[in-house]
Amino acid sequence: MTAGETSAAEAETQPRGPRALWVAILRVVGAVAIPVAAFYLLWSTFDFLRDEDANRILVVGVAIVVGVAGVFFLYWAMNRAVELLPDRYRESVRPYVFVGPALVILSVFLVYPVINTILISFMDAQGEAFVGFDNFKFVFTDDSMLRAIRNTAGWVILVPLAAVSIGLAFATLADRLRRGEAVAKSLIFLPMAISFAGASVTWRLIYSYRPEGFGSNIGLLNGLVTGAGGEPVPWITLEPWNNLLLMVIMVWMQTGFAMVVLSAAIKAIPDEIIEAARIDGASEFQVFRRIIVPSILPTIAVVTTYMVINAMKVFDIIFVMTGGNFGTEVIAERMIRWFFISGHDGRGAAIAVVLFAAIIPIMIWNVRRFREQEATR
Amino acid sequence: MSSAPPVPAPAIPEAAPGVKPEGRGGGWIVRITVLVIVVLWLIPALGVLTTSLRPEALADSTGWWTALANPFDSSQWTLENYSLALETEGFGNAFLNSLAVAIPSTVIPIAIAAFAAYAFSWMEFRGRETLFVVVVGLLVVPLQMALIPILRLYVDGAQVGRFLLFPDLDLNGTFLGIWLAHAGFGLPLAIYLLRNYIGSLPSSLIESARIDGADHFTIFWRLIVPLSVPALAAFAIFQFLWVWNDLLVAYVFLGGTRANQVVTIALANLVGSRGENWHLLTAAAFISMALPLLVFFSLQRYFVRGLTAGAVKG
Repeated sequence: MTAGETSAAEAETQPRGPRALWVAILRVVGAVAIPVAAFYLLWSTFDFLRDEDANRILVVGVAIVVGVAGVFFLYWAMNRAVELLPDRYRESVRPYVFVGPALVILSVFLVYPVINTILISFMDAQGEAFVGFDNFKFVFTDDSMLRAIRNTAGWVILVPLAAVSIGLAFATLADRLRRGEAVAKSLIFLPMAISFAGASVTWRLIYSYRPEGFGSNIGLLNGLVTGAGGEPVPWITLEPWNNLLLMVIMVWMQTGFAMVVLSAAIKAIPDEIIEAARIDGASEFQVFRRIIVPSILPTIAVVTTYMVINAMKVFDIIFVMTGGNFGTEVIAERMIRWFFISGHDGRGAAIAVVLFAAIIPIMIWNVRRFREQEATR
Repeated sequence: MSSAPPVPAPAIPEAAPGVKPEGRGGGWIVRITVLVIVVLWLIPALGVLTTSLRPEALADSTGWWTALANPFDSSQWTLENYSLALETEGFGNAFLNSLAVAIPSTVIPIAIAAFAAYAFSWMEFRGRETLFVVVVGLLVVPLQMALIPILRLYVDGAQVGRFLLFPDLDLNGTFLGIWLAHAGFGLPLAIYLLRNYIGSLPSSLIESARIDGADHFTIFWRLIVPLSVPALAAFAIFQFLWVWNDLLVAYVFLGGTRANQVVTIALANLVGSRGENWHLLTAAAFISMALPLLVFFSLQRYFVRGLTAGAVKG
């Protein structure tokens, strides 16, 4: 589709005068009708599900039918309704029936909340009275919050660094295996499939510690320590090293992702380039440093960005492992603590806003990269 | 948007057919390093699986690795922990709840996103590019920014003056409430991935269908959906795993009551109440992982291929 065609098509669909008003109304109706109808369809179907004894299998079955068939039927019905419009309205209304429902849902569940959260961050505990910058002052002066910010900075730097390095090393090495590359890669990728909660229990067992007189130490790490003749260590309460031990869990989970994506990028490097370098006498390490790494640098950047954002938002691991005690608090965990457990909406919102502000630079970079991509399309 | 990785890397073509040139195979150092990393990565999971299969008394008194010394001694193994976790600790019910949350939360956003992605790719309307950039920008709005307002919407509704914006429906703690929340949070990634894929289908295909008199709806349903199965499947797997593994959204919108709890919540509660009962904890943890692992192993190839395909087309 060239630029000329686009503007011609746009000019054709640009209505004027009273017709413009009608088109605008029809577009709004087209956009809102499906989400509202879908909501009431789901709502009326599932009213009975509030009954806690409702059969879960039935619930799931009905949900799938209504979720797929119902939503699809609504689009179909709206499309038929558009067909009934006079010719000159039809094609300028139809796109809004297709794209409108998504925009409405995004507005309710993402755009509106962002604005609302920013407003609440200037309010008191109930989110009613204006308190100025008090909540932000709290975020940047409270001892526990400062620890959370410092810890989160540690997560953001160390987790991507470790996961991407190990992932890159493993992808490079596995690429040289004659057999078993696929199996080795899928075993490293495996923890990516499980939940942070499940992974936390897994690692709690490794870090498990029982003080003298409370049973034997069955944790692997303390098993190794006592096996070597040492005294068992209370790993989870061992400040400040416990933070590193918690980060290990996330590295364990996310390395596989870095490895799979980087491995695909490495395989995309033309063999001729690498072979030519080898023939010219480059050592394996030189090939890695001078050819492989520069070729996949854009992919490394993408993977790192993704990991940075994930590390910034880490919540489940802390919540399950320590509940934010023993000096392990992080920003996202503090947010839930203040908003949900302590019931202070203002402070919870302020913490969320700080988190959001930290993510914005990465967001700008993301959108910019997307635009560059569009330009070279 | 926690575990659904947006992989917008333009530079990831499909892996070349796995023919390796002679002389590129690794020496024994490479093989041993790979093996060591794989073993290190598997040890935690092995610990959980082994402990979950040991009787309470043994699991509580000796390390799980001691069981591996004589693996054929049948008195060391039991399945009782699993029946205890499923029935007494309510993990059977939690498993069904997780299904009731995860399946609709996967299907609803895909249906809505596919229509939007088609419109962004092949329909003409004003502000198309701008709206799409806004959607892409929403990708990085952290979940935390949405929790407080949505919970307030669910509990109190929203009004501007006397004009009702969102009715007070008491959605908190209902499946419908959490489906809608997950659908909203999943949409930006879904639209982004599907738009990349659908937008890269050859335009001659769509144009010839138009010339044959097909309308947009027919083209979408008969042509685009069947052709987009790899991208749809890739996103479906991601979204399903993400919702299944989610703790935060379920904790805020579904709450921790025993009747409604999903597996992740049940597991977190169990850590709180029975943190030292390792025979139970490990069995429960394994129950929570069973389905994601099954999905991963059975659909792995399809899933990686679909993902990289969707990413290249960008």
